[in-house]
Amino acid sequence: MPLIKYVDHSGNEFEADVAVGKTVMEGALDNMIDGILAECGGCCSCATCHVYVDDAYLPITGPADGMEKEMLSAVNDPKANSRLSCQIVVTEEMDGLRVEMPESQY
Amino acid sequence: MTHCGCIIIGGSHAAAQLAVSLRQEGWQEPITVISDASSLPYQRPPLSKGFLAQKVTADKLLIRPPALYETNQIDFRLQQVVSAVDPVNKQVTLANGECLAYSKLAFCTGARVRRIEICGADAKGIHYLRDLQDVVGLQQALTGSQQIVIVGGGYIGLETAASLRQLGHSVTVIEAAPRLLQRVTAPAVSEYFQRLHEANGVTIVTQKQVAEFVTAESGVVTQVLCTDGSTYPADLVIVGIGVRPNLELAQAAGLECADGIVVDEYARTADPDIVAAGDCAQHPLPYYDQLKRLESVPNAMEQAKVAAATLCGKSKPYQALPWFWSDQYQTKLQIAGLNSGYDKTVIRGDQTTHNFSVWYFHEQRLLAVDCINQPKDFMLAKALISQNKAIDQSQLSDLDFDLKTWL
Repeated sequence: MPLIKYVDHSGNEFEADVAVGKTVMEGALDNMIDGILAECGGCCSCATCHVYVDDAYLPITGPADGMEKEMLSAVNDPKANSRLSCQIVVTEEMDGLRVEMPESQY
Repeated sequence: MTHCGCIIIGGSHAAAQLAVSLRQEGWQEPITVISDASSLPYQRPPLSKGFLAQKVTADKLLIRPPALYETNQIDFRLQQVVSAVDPVNKQVTLANGECLAYSKLAFCTGARVRRIEICGADAKGIHYLRDLQDVVGLQQALTGSQQIVIVGGGYIGLETAASLRQLGHSVTVIEAAPRLLQRVTAPAVSEYFQRLHEANGVTIVTQKQVAEFVTAESGVVTQVLCTDGSTYPADLVIVGIGVRPNLELAQAAGLECADGIVVDEYARTADPDIVAAGDCAQHPLPYYDQLKRLESVPNAMEQAKVAAATLCGKSKPYQALPWFWSDQYQTKLQIAGLNSGYDKTVIRGDQTTHNFSVWYFHEQRLLAVDCINQPKDFMLAKALISQNKAIDQSQLSDLDFDLKTWL
C-alpha cells in the first residue's frame, strides 16, 4: 500500500498506508490524522481538506482544475501546489507522497 | 451493571465524530455507541445523490473504517434501541431490558422523516429517503418502474429527481408551495432549479396539495390524486417532506426540548453530564443571535467536536458559520449562512445562466449567499459573513469587481 506522509503546520509528520483508490483525504480520516476536516465528505464542496503537495509529486498528482481550482482560488493562503485532498485519488506512483496541511484547518 | 463510560445514543455523523473527537481530546474511559442502525456510521449526503445515481458504492459510504473504532476502543452496539434514560442514577435502559451505566451521556439521536398522513400512505410503492436501507429498498423497487412521482420539491426531492433522471426514469415532482425550495431560497434560485429540472426532463408541478395515493386491488399505488382533482399516474412514489428531530428520549428524561434538545454553545444540556449534538440539538448560533436547530453534516460534525471537548472538561464554544450544499446534475449549489429574516437580495451574475450567486441582506448586513456553480463566491461569502465585513451592495452586481477587496 502506498505510504502517504501528512505534515501538520508545526512540521510534525504522520505516516499512513493508504490503499490505492482511496483519496488522500480519506487516508487522513481513516487514520485519525488531524488537519483535514472534510466537512462535505469528499465531494469538492467545502475546501476544508486543502493541502500543499510536495513539489516532487506534483507531476504525479497533477494540478487542480475546474471546480476544485476555483475553490482553491479563495482559500486562505493558496499556493501553486495547493490541492483539495478529496480530489487526489491514491495510485501506486504516489508512494512516499508528502502533503502539508494549512494552519487554518486546525 | 455494565459501566460504559461515555454513552453516545445514535449512530450517524454526530455520533461518529463525537466518539473519535473524545479520544482526540484525551477521553480515557470506555466509549459506547448505541445505534439502532445495522451498520457503522455512514455518509448520508451521497444517499440521494451519487449513491442513488449508482456513482458511489456502499463500501465508500462508511465515515470511518471499522479498524479505527477498534483501535480506539470505541464500542458499537448496533441494532440496539434505547428505551429510557435515567439522569439521576446515570443509567440507560435498552429495549432488550439491559441496563447500562454512564459517566457522561451524549444525545446524537438525529431526525426521522416526516411521514405523510393521507389515504393510501401505507400503500405498496410509497418510499421515503433517509437511511441506507431506504435507498437500497428504493433501488430494488426501481426495476421495472415506469412512472415515478416525488412528493416535495425541497432538496431531498430535487436531488432524488436528478439522480433518477440520470438513471433514465420518468419523474414528476409535486410541490405544495407556489415554487420549489420556497422555504429556503429566493425566487431566483427556485426558478433556476425549476428550469434545470425541466431541461433535464422532469415534470414540475407546484401549488398542488397531494390528497390521496390511489391503489390497485393488490394494494400497489397506481396514481397520485391532488386536492384539486388532478391525478398523476405513479407506480412508485417518493415522499420528501422534511424530517422531525428525535426528542422523545430526552423529553422523557426531563431535558428541556423546544424545536430540538436545548443546549448552550458548549453543547451542554442543563444536566452537566449530558450533551447533545447534530440534527436533534437546538443551540445558540453565533453571527445570527438566535437559537436554531440545523439539519446539516457540517453542523453535526462541529457540534460533536464541541461536545467532545466539553465532556473532556475543555471549553470550545461553537463558532462555525452554517453552510449547506446540494449537487443536482452538473450543478453545485453552495449556501453560506442562513437567510432567514432577509429583506433584500442582490444577484451577482446572470440568473438565466448556470453561474450566479444570490446575496441575502437584512438592511445593510449580509446574512447568506446562495452560489450556483460559483465556488469562489461561496468561499469568499463564508469569510465575509463570519468576519461581518461591510459590503457595498451596489458593487456586487459588477462582475469585474473583486470581492476579495472587502476582506
